[in-house]
Amino acid sequence: MVIGERKPFDEIMKMLEGVKKIAVMGCGGCVTVCLTGGHDEVRVLSSQLRMARDKEGNPIEIIEKTLERQCDPEYVEQAEGTASEVEAILSMACGAGVQFMAERYKDLPIYPALNTTFVGGSKKEGYYVERCQTCGECKLYFTGGICPIARCSKSLLNGPCGGSTNGKCEIDPDIDCAWQLILDRLKSLNQMDRYSSMMPINDWRTNRDGGPRKMIREDFQR
Amino acid sequence: MSDEFKSGSKLEKVLKSGQFAVTGECGPPRGADAEVIRKKCSLLKDKADAFNITDNQTAVVRMSSISSAVIMMQQGMEPVMQMVCRDRNRIAIQSDILGGAALGIKNMLCLSGDHQKFGDHPQAKNVFDLDSIQLINTVKMMRDEGKFLSGEEIKGAPKLFIGAAANPFADPFEIRAPRLAKKVAAGVDFVQTQCIFNIKKFEEWMKQVVDMGLHEKVYILGGVTPFKSFGMARYMANNVPGMDVPDELLQRMKNTPKEKQAEEGITIAVETIKQLQATKGISGVHIMAIEWEEKVGEIAEKAGLLPRPNV
Repeated sequence: MVIGERKPFDEIMKMLEGVKKIAVMGCGGCVTVCLTGGHDEVRVLSSQLRMARDKEGNPIEIIEKTLERQCDPEYVEQAEGTASEVEAILSMACGAGVQFMAERYKDLPIYPALNTTFVGGSKKEGYYVERCQTCGECKLYFTGGICPIARCSKSLLNGPCGGSTNGKCEIDPDIDCAWQLILDRLKSLNQMDRYSSMMPINDWRTNRDGGPRKMIREDFQR
Repeated sequence: MSDEFKSGSKLEKVLKSGQFAVTGECGPPRGADAEVIRKKCSLLKDKADAFNITDNQTAVVRMSSISSAVIMMQQGMEPVMQMVCRDRNRIAIQSDILGGAALGIKNMLCLSGDHQKFGDHPQAKNVFDLDSIQLINTVKMMRDEGKFLSGEEIKGAPKLFIGAAANPFADPFEIRAPRLAKKVAAGVDFVQTQCIFNIKKFEEWMKQVVDMGLHEKVYILGGVTPFKSFGMARYMANNVPGMDVPDELLQRMKNTPKEKQAEEGITIAVETIKQLQATKGISGVHIMAIEWEEKVGEIAEKAGLLPRPNV
């Protein structure tokens, strides 16, 4: 899923300077699962904003709403009524959701309440880790199911650099060395031959380097 | 290894002649003053066969490796231009390889590069379009096939003696010799190892290297760094990733009176070189006297490596 982290409260307050009536718009997708942009977080942030603005003697009116997903026009449409009543929408979706909202509600400022951080999963409740960098050409077959592009700090494709120490990355002792994990796994899978062959230079066109990407299911385009 | 020279550099000639090679290192300044390099060069001249010019080492901005290498050549010395994958994509890398070769640079060292987190611009976007092994292969392809990565023909292929680094002390240990094999397969001509302090572990690695026959396919230069003080030894032991300083060496430095520690550091370096000379498969030594260039000559002298041969 897409992981997002809430922006610092002061930054959000600054975005809303001069605005008297807003909607705080949650998203029922990934950010609900990672506990940063769903129904509950909409309530908490809205209360915080009301209290802070009351304290300034500059109250703000807030409509709280959470859509099924903000990255899907069908659900974005459902914000129409709310959108017509407010001066701005503070979206608690990921960056994709914020932009889908902005594309639909062209006359309304849509502000992001989250920083979209990475594609990953939860190791346990409230603990999320990056696993995929969406390079567009999955190499997990060669690397024992562990991605060197997302998980090696230098995205090295042919083995660990000289800074791998006791299974940890040189840039932070809390980060596992991806290549240590890959090699351990290749060994247990009896696939060490995959390490000895050289991984060719990557074609980054499938990555963002090839420009903004799209995926089209032709059979649905009729 | 064939009879023909890959680049005809002095380093290549010394290694090919079977003589024990010596390389040194020269870090470019944090400014545009060429005089700083000239001064370092005057300390290093004739003390080694060739000298690595680092490429923004530890991710701290310095004068570029290519221009520093040219200033060194103007002093009648031979540089090994380092190039890291951190700061350049394949377009810039190939362009700089052509430029370096056109300016007369004949040795190049291919590195991944320290992560920018360690440097003075941790906010920077890193590149790592290629990794060090792919970089080796790129230079080889440009030199031997006369082709760019695109497959298009190069008019005037760059003649470079291709180097790389090898760290026998990083983890996982068991793939460190196979990793060298990958670099050999990619086309490396010589490697310089990480600073050797743990001789026992180094010899264990060398045994694997020799068993795999790699020493017959690549020239291996052992890395040696003299301790300036106990403080530096402790720093390297605790703060430099991939560095292995055994306790007994630390104790030896600690038990030496402060005013004699520099001398002891040099003695240890000379002892290490002697051990390397007796190690099967070692073709030379890479002396990295970090911001202590004036000692390279003394170390080489005491190890019996001077004068350097005329090739």
